[in-house]
Amino acid sequence: MSDNSIISLQNVNKWFGDFQVLKDVNLEVKKKERIVVCGPSGSGKSTMIRCINRLEEHQEGKIVVDGIELTGNLKNIDSVRKEVGMVFQQFNLFPHLSVKENITLAPIWVKKMPKAEAEELAMKQLEIVKIPEQANKYPGQLSGGQQQRVAIARSLAMNPNIMLFDEPTSALDPEMIKEVLDVMVDLAEGGMTMIVVTHEMGFAKTVADRMVFMDEGKIVEEASPDKFFNNPESDRTKLFLSQILHQ
Amino acid sequence: MENNSDIETRKPPVATTGILGWCRQHLFSNWVNSFITLLVIYFLYQLIPWFLDWSVFSADFWTNYKGELIVDRTFCSRVADPEGDHGACWAIIIVRFYQFMYGFYPSEQVWRVNLTYFLLVVALLPLLIEKIPGRKHLIKFTIVFPIVAFILLYGGFGFQVIPTNKWGGLLVTLVLGVFGIAIAFPLGILLALGRRSQLPVISMFCTLFIEFIRGVPLITLLFFGMVMLPLFLPEGLNLDGLVRVLVAVTLFQAAYMAEVIRGGLQAIPRGQYEAAQSVGLSYWQMNRKIILPQAIRISIPSIVNTSIGLFKDTTLVIIIGLLDLLGIGRGALADATWMGLSNEVYVFVALVFFIFTFSMSRYSLYLEKKLKTGINMGAD
Repeated sequence: MSDNSIISLQNVNKWFGDFQVLKDVNLEVKKKERIVVCGPSGSGKSTMIRCINRLEEHQEGKIVVDGIELTGNLKNIDSVRKEVGMVFQQFNLFPHLSVKENITLAPIWVKKMPKAEAEELAMKQLEIVKIPEQANKYPGQLSGGQQQRVAIARSLAMNPNIMLFDEPTSALDPEMIKEVLDVMVDLAEGGMTMIVVTHEMGFAKTVADRMVFMDEGKIVEEASPDKFFNNPESDRTKLFLSQILHQ
Repeated sequence: MENNSDIETRKPPVATTGILGWCRQHLFSNWVNSFITLLVIYFLYQLIPWFLDWSVFSADFWTNYKGELIVDRTFCSRVADPEGDHGACWAIIIVRFYQFMYGFYPSEQVWRVNLTYFLLVVALLPLLIEKIPGRKHLIKFTIVFPIVAFILLYGGFGFQVIPTNKWGGLLVTLVLGVFGIAIAFPLGILLALGRRSQLPVISMFCTLFIEFIRGVPLITLLFFGMVMLPLFLPEGLNLDGLVRVLVAVTLFQAAYMAEVIRGGLQAIPRGQYEAAQSVGLSYWQMNRKIILPQAIRISIPSIVNTSIGLFKDTTLVIIIGLLDLLGIGRGALADATWMGLSNEVYVFVALVFFIFTFSMSRYSLYLEKKLKTGINMGAD
């Protein structure tokens, strides 16, 4: 593990039953680095980032996040989750709480923040994702793009050092993808460490410091966006790129 | 379809709106429907006037058709004058009304029961009306209400002790129903969470408990509480009969409640758990703030359904000698002075049960409506 890595995966292996989803995955992420992970479905990219905040448990290898190793130790898991925010494909907002309550919940209960302060924070986060006027609505009343931006605000309210995005735009109508990507670009420019699983190659080209291509549970290729898109090494990457870039 | 914008919105055709339209659509849409409608109208026409006549217009209340005060069955019009066209003799209910409500609770102490009933209403208010002023303080009272109720009803702290074998009628029915439901609900939540727990010991214990209790008829549990429980208790410790029954009823209800809530829990998508975990909520915070509110919302109809079931099942305590509302009724019928008036007694008991269960059912509908407007509006 290099000294300035904030996330380090070393020889990580994971199985679902007999099926091996991650095979000897090694990944080092530096502070403020933006990584875009792509690959065909079932390649293990979601599983990999879900291991980073322990929504999935890895069976072999070592995962260290901000100096904390993820083991069965519940205390470690809690501290890592405080460092790492996550945005899901299906938004996963809490439907019985208003937008504002969705955002204030964790600061109030996990960080024991006073309610007034948490609400102020929530409004600040909603300004950042550009929907402060929706604060008192319920998730079911918002469009998909707005819901995903609330989900981003909810994660940001916990002031994480690292943000994980698990296909954040895959469930959105084409018209709404841009509003979510814009927020993510802002976030990247603000210096957030990000790992983004996405097939939005335009976003990858503008934002990514490094591309990671996965197939069948393995990291096949890691390269700068320039090299990845213009001069990929492996044939598998070339095939994948030709399919998604020339549809 | 060119020029869509030129088409004006029109009112719907007359025959589909208003009372007439509604009748046509719902009552007489085809000949089978029309036939059933007419049949039902015919039966209602036969039944309602007859029942009203029997229960109100031709019925005796305090006095019979000759104007005499009714003191036993022979004074009832329909007994004294079998040839005449007389209805129900409600005097049996009126004369024994005290017993129906309180059993054999001493009359000079009965204000304690009435006060408890009143406090029960106060305790229910914050649950029934969300926008009531001072709800937070009222909720505190709701939580301590069972203790207050116990002291008031049973005694101690300066109150004369009224042993539970003096309790009866609606009092016993309500004590079993209200306490049974109120204790079983949190217990059921814990059992449901326990059954889904990742820890095999807890999950196995909860599953065994639920399956055992559900697999046994309530009567068996009541006998178990009455006859066998004392055998397991240490010598000298003698649990009150009503408490033993209450334990059996509560455990029974808790097992059913657990399964109902587990059904609700299963309907919550995995993403909700993951989102709650990823923002750092602990297991209990996640359940309390995210999972249970949604799961309970989904299960309200079933929760109320099992609660109504339990409320009616409390009548089974008659088998082990407790006199609930129905028990008092049967006692009245066994009394030679009132023999033969079973119609009146059963109609009255049914009516009282119906008032309570119907209110519960209305409350559940109100809750469903209220919660539906709160979430999932618009999209999805």
